[in-house]
Amino acid sequence: MATDENKLFYDSTENDAISNFANSNMDSKPILECKNLVKTYANSEALKGIDLTINRGRIVGLLGPNGSGKSTLIKLANGLLTPSSGEILIDGIKPGIETKKIVSYLPERTYLNDWMKVSDIINFFKDFYDNFNPEKAYEMLQKLNINPNDKLKTMSKGTKEKVQLILVMSRDADLYLLDEPIAGVDPAARDYILNTIITNYNENATIIISTHLISDIERILDDVVFISYGKIFLTKSVDEIREDEGKSVDALFREVFKC
Amino acid sequence: MSWNFNDDRPIYIQLMEQIQLRIISGVYKVGEKLPSVRDMASDASVNPNTMQKALTELERTGLVFSQRTSGRFITEDSNMIKDIRKGLAKEQIEKFLYNMEKIGYTKQETIQLVETISKEMK
Repeated sequence: MATDENKLFYDSTENDAISNFANSNMDSKPILECKNLVKTYANSEALKGIDLTINRGRIVGLLGPNGSGKSTLIKLANGLLTPSSGEILIDGIKPGIETKKIVSYLPERTYLNDWMKVSDIINFFKDFYDNFNPEKAYEMLQKLNINPNDKLKTMSKGTKEKVQLILVMSRDADLYLLDEPIAGVDPAARDYILNTIITNYNENATIIISTHLISDIERILDDVVFISYGKIFLTKSVDEIREDEGKSVDALFREVFKC
Repeated sequence: MSWNFNDDRPIYIQLMEQIQLRIISGVYKVGEKLPSVRDMASDASVNPNTMQKALTELERTGLVFSQRTSGRFITEDSNMIKDIRKGLAKEQIEKFLYNMEKIGYTKQETIQLVETISKEMK
């Protein structure tokens, strides 16, 4: 995206790529940091040099049109992809075994085996992650009327998504990476899930949510990152956007990415 | 009382207004302890940091105050609450008179009309 377009939304003195989401009472080391991060696939550039700093204690919306690089960024943070150049750091270190302990990731598509019962998967997670809290998972399942003895393959798409999100949110992680967490979930369950996020998240943890359902999640976000064609287009707090633009994040998104 | 937000203004400001309204209308009583930030955020379905900001701003106005260890309380100054209530009433009336003017009523005519209609309503 050309710089002159960025100026529409920026103070000209501000660097358009670097953001600092400050949170006064937090440890100074950012939970996620990208420095000139580039990721190229065989014949396309998915991320074209991203600089981004996200601190602890924030709920951040990663927003952008289809194919803008959101999932690529999340996969890089999770160590599923490696940067072509530049750097990505989680709590100061490169993604790897150590960071997987503190990162809880909800992928776009399920990787869980269909034939497993929810209770089996919970045991699986308990074995796998030290910071997994089974009581929390069972409590959420009950609230959403999901029977732990049901097999995944008997469930609807939305219910499967709920199960996955419950598993991910039942870990006491430092960074939650949620790639399209609520897309297939009905509005009532969506409300419950968002409330679960608010009430469960610890002040030292950060949640990054990639989504298209902006108006649904706007109220629970601290900050938003707009990403467009592999570049950071805008980073601001939700209330700053409302104050400066006089419109919601959802409305701004529709305006910026108008087709 | 449910929390409602519109799209064009910062959420923390809307939270401040609605907490103020709850204090004036007695949902939260004079001198009473407020629920925790997290509970209030969850009740309003907003980010806890945003709720925190709204409460910090309200502390600045003096309407709520925090006590280091025991939490956050509504002011015991009932005159202050009365003043805010009066201020809100004034705001509502000004807005109403302005809107009536837009549809062609003078202030005097509006007042007469209010009297007639409020009698009819009884």
